[in-house]
Amino acid sequence: MAVYSKKTKAAIGNHVILMLLALIIILPVLVLLFNSIKPDEEFGVNPLGFPQTVRLMNYYDAFVAGNYAKIMVNSILLVAGTLAVCLTFSSLAAFSLAVLNPNGKSTIMIGIYLLVGLSIPAQLFILPLFIIWKNLHLNNTYVGLIIIYSALNAPFAVFLIRSYMIQLPKELFEAAIVEGASTIQLFTRVALPLSWPVFLTTGLVVSLAVWNEFLFAVTFIHNEEFKPISSILYSFQNRRDENYALISAASVMMAAPLAVLFILFQRNFIAGLTSGGTKG
Amino acid sequence: MAPFHFLMRHLSNRELSSWFFLAPVILIHMLVVAIPSISSLALCFTDWNGFGKINFVGFDNFIELFDDRVFKKAIIHNLIWTALFLTIPIVFALMAAFLLTGIRRFQMFYRFVFFFPYILASIVNCLIWKYLFHPIHGLTSFFNSIGWESLATSPLTTKETSLYAVAFVDGWHFWGFLVVIYITAMYQVDEDLYEAADIEGASKWQKFKYVTFPSIRPMFLFSFLIIIIWSVPAFDYVYILTSGGPAYSSEVVANFMYFEAFRNMNVGYASAVGALMFIYVFFVLGFFWSLRKLGWEI
Repeated sequence: MAVYSKKTKAAIGNHVILMLLALIIILPVLVLLFNSIKPDEEFGVNPLGFPQTVRLMNYYDAFVAGNYAKIMVNSILLVAGTLAVCLTFSSLAAFSLAVLNPNGKSTIMIGIYLLVGLSIPAQLFILPLFIIWKNLHLNNTYVGLIIIYSALNAPFAVFLIRSYMIQLPKELFEAAIVEGASTIQLFTRVALPLSWPVFLTTGLVVSLAVWNEFLFAVTFIHNEEFKPISSILYSFQNRRDENYALISAASVMMAAPLAVLFILFQRNFIAGLTSGGTKG
Repeated sequence: MAPFHFLMRHLSNRELSSWFFLAPVILIHMLVVAIPSISSLALCFTDWNGFGKINFVGFDNFIELFDDRVFKKAIIHNLIWTALFLTIPIVFALMAAFLLTGIRRFQMFYRFVFFFPYILASIVNCLIWKYLFHPIHGLTSFFNSIGWESLATSPLTTKETSLYAVAFVDGWHFWGFLVVIYITAMYQVDEDLYEAADIEGASKWQKFKYVTFPSIRPMFLFSFLIIIIWSVPAFDYVYILTSGGPAYSSEVVANFMYFEAFRNMNVGYASAVGALMFIYVFFVLGFFWSLRKLGWEI
């Protein structure tokens, strides 16, 4: 009995400290949520609390008047394009490294190349890349940014998919070869269908990285029409006439899709984000 | 499809066909990362401005950099930044992860909450704190309304505190990541060791010091390494919250480089900054790698 009560006491102590830490996270996020449904005139008298009058029209204003419907589409196009290119290319490479030639020279060389690539700070290559993109007329285009995002996320995607494919039973591939499958068929009929769980994890992490990406979005897209949500929110925040109600509603709209995905796939997110160590 | 198929059939050499599958990733990665990086390492010895003639100037850019007061300030700020991240978030994350292993109820709730800011965009996190730290709105307005005028300051626009305020916001977003990797490591610790410690009558702190911490040391050192490396290109939070101001009080190397590159179009000068960042990162990696060679568990 004595042991039990000591344990309970310790657990309560744990909960008190953990709750305090949790509040440091929750309260600022709550302020953002409150602000997103607060009328603009109320900010002066009620800076942090729940709004006296709830104004859901902030969301309508942001979505329609602030043109966020179009901006969301821009971001979605970037995510979808990057997923298509990055996952296709990365799975081909992962298949090569895990199945075709797991112990070959190429595996070690590519492994080292991609690891070095992951460690290079973006500041080393962003300026020459900008000049190359300008000459290729890829600035201000989705294609240009999709290529950049695909390349930047590829090392991580290759590692993650490879680590999954390498665990697939060799017998399946051997059986397919006996039945006369070509190399391409080994990839499309055997490796891909069996690897779908890792594509979910990789896809979620790549989507998160692209949706939230700031540096390249701000640098490579100057045309307001094509800007994704991260750089639009930046230019909104920097205007003189700060309309916090509108910006907060827009921010919540930016965060909401990811929050929903995170709630649904928390395990995949955490496994993916902590395995590769990508910068968030 | 037909010629492609034909090609694949005839690539009997495994090494060759494996390169074929690797080609797309290598090509885009070379185009986006390798070629521009190598160009940058070449351009840092020139005075190019992006369109005119390229003149070779030797080490002039580096000499000029080490004479640049703002750059020196930025380097000191990056070192402070690294030191801050190597201490405060690590201490809080270790504590939170250790406490989390001691409870059953609500564990997933806490984990969710701590990790949540990590999945939010930098721009959203910055908006939250830019508002709270605003000179007129947010906490300032709140403290004024309850009569605590002394607390009603704006840490982001005050020279003495701006760097720490920015680091706080970035740390607020980042530390949940550490909690998650530490707790994963802590769950792999052998339960028997804790039981043995219980029999010996060890306190919570002693259990942490003699059982938990030695067991998660490899993960701890890994977190040390990534914090050092990730502190070098720290950009988003500084650029969005203060742009390095006021009066360069929160200037960091990445932000300095960005303004030299895209505002002043000093390609050579900015490339020199990028090259120094690159050299530093590889020096750190080499250091950790040699520790590993020396038999440290990393």
